[in-house]
Amino acid sequence: MRQALALCATTVIAAAPFACAVGQANAPTAASDPTAAEFEKFRQVLEEDNPAELFEARGKELWTAKRGPKNASLEQCDLGLGPGLVKGAYVQLPRYFADADKVMDAERRIVHCMATLQGFDAAELAKRPFSTDTQTPDPVVLVTYVAGQSRGMKIAVPQKHPKEREAYEIGREIFFYRAGAYDFACASCHGEDGKRIRTQPLPNLTKPEQAIRGFQGWPGYRMTGGVMHTLQWRMWDCFRQQRFPEPGYASDTVSALLTYLGVNANGHVYKGPGIKR
Amino acid sequence: MKTLPAWLVRAAALVFAVALPAQSADTRSEAIATMKRDFKPRGVATLDRINEDGVQAVCNRTHDKPPKEVTERLEQDQLTAIRFPADGKLLGDWKAGERLAQSGRGLTWSDPAGVTGGSCYNCHQIGPGETSFGTIGPSLYQFGKLRGYGPEVQRYVYGKIYNAKAYNLCSQMPRLGYVGALTEQEIKDLVALLLDPTSPVNR
Repeated sequence: MRQALALCATTVIAAAPFACAVGQANAPTAASDPTAAEFEKFRQVLEEDNPAELFEARGKELWTAKRGPKNASLEQCDLGLGPGLVKGAYVQLPRYFADADKVMDAERRIVHCMATLQGFDAAELAKRPFSTDTQTPDPVVLVTYVAGQSRGMKIAVPQKHPKEREAYEIGREIFFYRAGAYDFACASCHGEDGKRIRTQPLPNLTKPEQAIRGFQGWPGYRMTGGVMHTLQWRMWDCFRQQRFPEPGYASDTVSALLTYLGVNANGHVYKGPGIKR
Repeated sequence: MKTLPAWLVRAAALVFAVALPAQSADTRSEAIATMKRDFKPRGVATLDRINEDGVQAVCNRTHDKPPKEVTERLEQDQLTAIRFPADGKLLGDWKAGERLAQSGRGLTWSDPAGVTGGSCYNCHQIGPGETSFGTIGPSLYQFGKLRGYGPEVQRYVYGKIYNAKAYNLCSQMPRLGYVGALTEQEIKDLVALLLDPTSPVNR
């Protein structure tokens, strides 16, 4: 089934090899575009039987299973609301964690828990962190489960701790920082209203009502390639298309950017893991 | 990257002469330090890409709106550095230009060295046969028909593709010739796509 979906998606988007877009294909500009409209229809059909839910179910099993060198589950993992509390945690991340003295996004925190509670080697997990057509890394599956536990809740990324406010400011700097071979920043694609790359609508992530589109549908089952991806992957692939070098997995840079996006999206309802173009 | 040219040193001096909001200085250096810590080189995407050059630094520090005097001087420097073809011919093959305009490949860490397209359709409407085009840049459809085909227009288009910043310092468009993404012949082919009267763009 997965290969069939991937093939179909590839056919539809064959004309759009450059899709540096964080948002969903349901912007107002898309309505008049037949390709985008077809995509949106296809996405809605798929969502009736959301493939992301399979990953959520698998993630729940992984969360409670005793694993790793320490033969422990993740049930004592503190995602910011206290050990073991998963409901509503995703929409309140990234946040500051005193035990690590770091602002951490959901995936970074889960990797931290896998290292501290279960004894996995974080550096080893960072070597192949993204899904391919042959494997879906554990952190991806776990993030999908955790994100599903915030379905229908409002984004509420905290800004109480000074380090959380600092992460927002640094994230904003990085968002607007133009460099590299093509002089691109995140803002080159995501700083203006109503723009597109090829037929892909680009949300203006500096505005609250559009920044939510940066979160919506992630973690997402991506029709291009037919694999599950998280926001860690989305930031990484945007930097690739920005012609930047490779950002570190679960790094300060990515957490800062996600803080900037998250705070901008605060107050808007997160619909849970979904499907992306 | 290349060694620092004189204009860049001059640009840096100008930037520091510009009055900038003090509030962002610490955050800015912290953000740059964070990126230098976190990024790793991969393939053709070397770590020096994190470093701003003169134009990037001026645009970053002023949110793409540098003071007029700085803008004019730096645009002039960029203009002077454009290498126009020695044979004086600017019009190549529009069909080759169309293929280049379609290709969004090049210079990412997953691209092999030397395979670089123009990425033009990512941001511009160009030929009437391609409906999958971006809107970050203006429409270039009927470019020659609307603006004329003469030598001055050709020179402008060649220069704009070679170094967009020579005409609009903080333009969103890459400096495709200046950074070596496109060769002289490739830029000529793109000029032809826009300015050959027989190109579909002008029909």
